[in-house]
Amino acid sequence: MKQSEAFLQCQSCKKILFSIDFDQNLRVCTYCGHHHRISAETRIKWTFDEDSFEELDTDLRSGNPLEFPDYIDKLRLAEEKTQKFDSMTVGRAKLAEMPVSIAVADFSFMGGSMGSVNGEKVTRALERGVKEKCPVIIFCASGGARMQEGLLSLMQMAKTTAAVQQCREAGIPYIAVFTDPTMAGVLASYASVADVIIAEPKALVGFAGARVSKQAGVSKVPDDFQTAEFCLKHGMIDTIVPRKEMRSVLISLVKTLGGHLFVEGGAK
Amino acid sequence: MSAKTHNEWESELIELEKFIVNAKERARKEQVASDKALLEDQIVKLEVGRDKFLKALYSNVGDWEKVLIARAEKRPYTLDYVTALFQDFVELQGDRNGFADNAIIGGPATFDGRPVMIVGHQKGRNIHERQFRNFAMAKPEGYRKAIRLFEMAERYQMPVISLVDTPAADPGVESESRGISEAIAASTMKMFELSVPSIAVIIGEGGSGGAIGIAAASRVLMLQYSVYSVIPPEGCAAILWRMPERGAEAARALKLTAESAQSFGLIDEILPEPIGGAHRTPIEAFATVKDAIVKHLAELDKMSPAEVRADRFAKFRKMGEFETVLF
Repeated sequence: MKQSEAFLQCQSCKKILFSIDFDQNLRVCTYCGHHHRISAETRIKWTFDEDSFEELDTDLRSGNPLEFPDYIDKLRLAEEKTQKFDSMTVGRAKLAEMPVSIAVADFSFMGGSMGSVNGEKVTRALERGVKEKCPVIIFCASGGARMQEGLLSLMQMAKTTAAVQQCREAGIPYIAVFTDPTMAGVLASYASVADVIIAEPKALVGFAGARVSKQAGVSKVPDDFQTAEFCLKHGMIDTIVPRKEMRSVLISLVKTLGGHLFVEGGAK
Repeated sequence: MSAKTHNEWESELIELEKFIVNAKERARKEQVASDKALLEDQIVKLEVGRDKFLKALYSNVGDWEKVLIARAEKRPYTLDYVTALFQDFVELQGDRNGFADNAIIGGPATFDGRPVMIVGHQKGRNIHERQFRNFAMAKPEGYRKAIRLFEMAERYQMPVISLVDTPAADPGVESESRGISEAIAASTMKMFELSVPSIAVIIGEGGSGGAIGIAAASRVLMLQYSVYSVIPPEGCAAILWRMPERGAEAARALKLTAESAQSFGLIDEILPEPIGGAHRTPIEAFATVKDAIVKHLAELDKMSPAEVRADRFAKFRKMGEFETVLF
């Protein structure tokens, strides 16, 4: 969004909004309801208990194992822009006093793409749930696997999916939230095998990106193709929840699905 | 300019072989004994030359050329391996939920005297077959059928053998509507649940999500000229440079070869192919694949069901390359 001092323009309907109103409305356009992309920090602040977040695994940083052209430059640029080593922010947080293990993606870091660091952080977040007996919540935002790490990225799909399997076996509820966009390698791995899948309104959700589809000769597509609404209609997600209701829906789910973890003496 | 197809890359060889066939036919028909002898003498020399050329061509195969070989029409496909290595194969079809897929095939069979479950991508050799197989691009029902077969393998304690050969999963509207992403993820996850041993062999193209859905196995083996990649090189070039025609360059950057996969610990063994590739001497390729599966199954047989699962989890858990920064 174009942001000046006091005004900005909605990315979707192009109407002019007051910056103060916009933030108060959780960066959702007051006219058209468009959910603008937000940083991991902002999302954590708006979703979990105040000051409950403890960030972990901040020491993991991508190398350039394949010596892929221009990869290091792109990485450094993203690191500078976001002051992070990866799009995934993980750690412990609380929801209405209930402990949860969380992973929150930030699309602005190289399109939230899943390379080795990203996959490792997601895996650790899921494993933390098992170890500390608390539900896992992952906010997804990704264009897919990170091409620049080649097959190593593809294997993150298997690694993260295996971690979900271990959550299931340990009776650890795992909730995925698809934010704009949740695509390809991320969608086709840990994101789609969550116990509960929530999406933000109008989020782009799909397997093949537009350029890949075009390459494969896919032409005519429905108007709502690859949107959260399309997924809901086709039974691929549980519900669409607007940003301002996200916290309360998550609290209800953690309370019910994670109930067995929070019985007296059972909570960590 | 890089060749675009395997036939194009092998074109000189193909020409030479055609010429040899013609020369042999000519020699057979030749009535004059001295001319016949001269022709036959030349044919022997041509064949020596052909063998040298073949060896030279295959002694230094580039990454892009591996892509071409992996995609070659003549290359043995899943059902060729099934016919050569397995007995009693009965193809089981359908996802039991309204759909059938012909890009992934599967069913029980006897291998080396024991029951196993086969799952594999199937390509087609002519336009009709290719359409029927959807170019080996499986739709959700393909992965859902695979899940059904994995469950059956677990129920009857049969090892799973998967043969991977797909450019990618089907990216169309139908597939999105029926949840291709979920189907792939669920199939991958099902493979981790198995307490029976599983072996995946990349026999041609290991195309991204479409491959991993049936490749999360206890052991992953790659034929020498097969490729395994997070994205088809043309797709990578389309995204990076918006120029799909730069596939050869992208193939090199993606490091999609068996050697690279092994160097990062992502596969367990490279299976050498005969000179000229698996398509030139399929019988040798079949024997190599069979011996490798027998060997790895024997190792996995020593494990308890719990160990098989733990071993598989541990194997994939280690995958990834990153630095740890000290603050």
